[in-house]
Amino acid sequence: MSDLRTELKESIIEQLNLEELSVEDIENDEHLFGDGVGLDSIDALELIVLLEKDYGIKLTDPQQGKDIFVSINRMAEFIEAHRTK
Amino acid sequence: MEKGIAVTGMGIISSIGKNLEENYISLISGKNGLSFSEILETKHTHLPVGEIKISNLELLDSLKLNSSKPITRASLLGIVAVKEAILNADLHETQLGTCGFISGTSVGGIDATEKYYKNFQDGDYTEFIKAQHPGFTSKQIANYFEIKGQVSTISTACSSAANSIMLGARLIRSGKLKRVIVGGTDCLTKFTLNGFNSLMILSEKPNKAFDEDRNGLNLGEGAAYLVLEADDVLGAKQVLGRVSGYGNANDAFHQTASSPEGEGAYMAMNKALRTAKLNPRDIDFIHAHGTATRNNDLSESVAMNRVFKDSLPDFSSTKGFTGHTLAAAGGLQAVLNLLMLKNQQIYPTLNFQNKMEESGLIPITDLKHKRLSHILSNSFGFGGNCTSLIFSSNEK
Amino acid sequence: MKNRIFINGISSIAAQTEASVFENTVYSYNESVFPATAIDYKEFIPAKSLRRLSKALKMSISAASIALKDSGDLVPDAIITGTGQGCKQDTERFLESIFEEEEGLLSPTAFIHSTHNTIGGQIALYLNSNAYNITYSEDSASLEWALLDAQMQLNLDEDVENILVGGVDEISKTITGFMNFDHQLKKEQFSNLDLYKQESSGTITSEGAHFFALSNHSIETTYAELLDVSVIASLNSDEISENIKGFLKKNQLEISEINLLILGKNGDVNFDVYYSALKENVFKETPQLVYKHLVGDYDTVSGYALWLACKILKLQTIPEVLKVNKKNPEQIKYVLLYNQYLGENHSFILLKKY
Repeated sequence: MSDLRTELKESIIEQLNLEELSVEDIENDEHLFGDGVGLDSIDALELIVLLEKDYGIKLTDPQQGKDIFVSINRMAEFIEAHRTK
Repeated sequence: MEKGIAVTGMGIISSIGKNLEENYISLISGKNGLSFSEILETKHTHLPVGEIKISNLELLDSLKLNSSKPITRASLLGIVAVKEAILNADLHETQLGTCGFISGTSVGGIDATEKYYKNFQDGDYTEFIKAQHPGFTSKQIANYFEIKGQVSTISTACSSAANSIMLGARLIRSGKLKRVIVGGTDCLTKFTLNGFNSLMILSEKPNKAFDEDRNGLNLGEGAAYLVLEADDVLGAKQVLGRVSGYGNANDAFHQTASSPEGEGAYMAMNKALRTAKLNPRDIDFIHAHGTATRNNDLSESVAMNRVFKDSLPDFSSTKGFTGHTLAAAGGLQAVLNLLMLKNQQIYPTLNFQNKMEESGLIPITDLKHKRLSHILSNSFGFGGNCTSLIFSSNEK
Repeated sequence: MKNRIFINGISSIAAQTEASVFENTVYSYNESVFPATAIDYKEFIPAKSLRRLSKALKMSISAASIALKDSGDLVPDAIITGTGQGCKQDTERFLESIFEEEEGLLSPTAFIHSTHNTIGGQIALYLNSNAYNITYSEDSASLEWALLDAQMQLNLDEDVENILVGGVDEISKTITGFMNFDHQLKKEQFSNLDLYKQESSGTITSEGAHFFALSNHSIETTYAELLDVSVIASLNSDEISENIKGFLKKNQLEISEINLLILGKNGDVNFDVYYSALKENVFKETPQLVYKHLVGDYDTVSGYALWLACKILKLQTIPEVLKVNKKNPEQIKYVLLYNQYLGENHSFILLKKY
């Protein structure tokens, strides 16, 4: 498992207060907004803040999040391609 | 229809005018009040806001108040608007003693909290500690006018003033009060500006309500109040109009976003029609909440279509003029509704270019003269709080 | 004809439990700010939702749930909440982030949850209820205004039969701490149980959530009948007796018919004069109770008093730790609650045994 993916899981658990979950509970290709992890639109906004704070990627349209935050894999790919930090 | 509660006076201060006359002139000449923050000290000076270009010191001065008193901006704006309403209603000092005061505010005196947050522990500006809590703002206004009886504050975000008007009408209907001043006040604050910014629903351009390319709202500040009086104390007073219907319902969908079917809005509008004993066809104009966010305008359009079906009347959002004044919005709309009823005209939605693909609805985009008897007015707030009011001409 | 109003379900989350007060094992606190007793929120709220919720929200949803269950699962036609200071923890969090980030990147959750009507909004989501939903934020009269609204609707509106009314306030580190700087809190350290021995300014504070399921019909387990509520923004201490007499007269009652007077006395030497005006004069012969030494003072603490009154009316027994004078009523039929804070928001609540 790449460091970025683990790092992302840890950040998400901390930022979104997912106290019941650990890094092992989140699969890389699991749908984050589905039943498992169960994130919602407010979490999506929090993830946009995380993208900018930790990786220097600024999203101007919250709708972009729909594609990017689908899964840990997708997030990691996007970050690897666009990060400035 | 239900006769409704008489409105005998009103007052307003907004970014398009510091009183009724100035607001009216701006509305008929299409002059908006959007600019960039100057009085509010913020980093976000690129965001258009409906700022009232009068400083707190100037407000204190105009009200002949000592600058040492802990009165915050929202209270000052409220006092200005209430003063005009009282004068407009020809209320005497003796009548104020038994008059109620119901005010809506979302963040009250938080502008003082954010300014002095780090000073309190040093014992400085401690008279502003209580300012953060909404009740303080209302009490400052009530105390200025020596209103000592029934004073209350409603804090339901953007529907607060509308809910205050509804409560006032209910207080008179129930016989608990003979007269009550109702409305709301909110000022620009770093708290709300940054809060809405973090939700990514602020536009960097003047807002385009109901437009296909709308991309968010502009915050504004203001205060607006009505004087409501029971029929048996009216005497020969002028009646500007009547609050003939009201309804509140909860969307119960999400903490901030509205449901796609606009369920809360749909229910609130229907409740208002029911209490007014009116049919959808009786409504001549809808004063929409129309904040120009992607979510609200779609949800509200769906709800309006559900209620009115084939008989959707003219509708418009006036937030292109004033910005979204949060808790005060329903109060500002109320005053504008009464101006519309008086002058038999509709104020336009500014900046509209292309209709929304999903709804195909087109708001009124120019000042329009029209026979108006009943206006439905929407105010929707966070927490799924949906309120609709109906304002009607005073039938002789 | 006006409908009668019955209190059919109640709940209390506060710094004391029912057992600690009614079985006289009261909790003692030595700080001027102390928390409500912990409960297992997971019993009422799914773990997934819990993560975002501040204490105010956790307490509210749980207490609302308990009161509704207590009423036999009444479905509310309206949800009316009172909160003087709202979700302070979230307000504080967002404000402090504005300072730290210098208006830069800010997390929206705290802002979203800081609006005062978040409590009502979350309860609506939890119950999946589209019902009328309003939040009153009038300092120490917030709950009373919620009751007044409920009273008007139950009296006037044929469509409304059941209403959920609640009062909630939470403590927060910084904003509650500010109360130390403007004489709202006592500076000395002492046990809360000795509150009334301190001859000084200020009081002690805590947090809580109290919900009530009201109906225009009674059930077998009805606690009490809510006869009337009144709030007056400003009164002088020499006006209070006349006002209370007028309030009772309006309800066809004399002072002598009140079996129990529950006072919101909070130990602040500057304002206890309002209570003295009643205790030592017109209500001299009436059994009197106080409660803020047990649960502190906060804007919606009258919810605790209302909860106590309901319990006392049902059980017809009065915990010793509440008693001010040695008078004991033969029967407890009419209970009057009076509260004020810093000389403002004088509220009266009148209850009758069911």
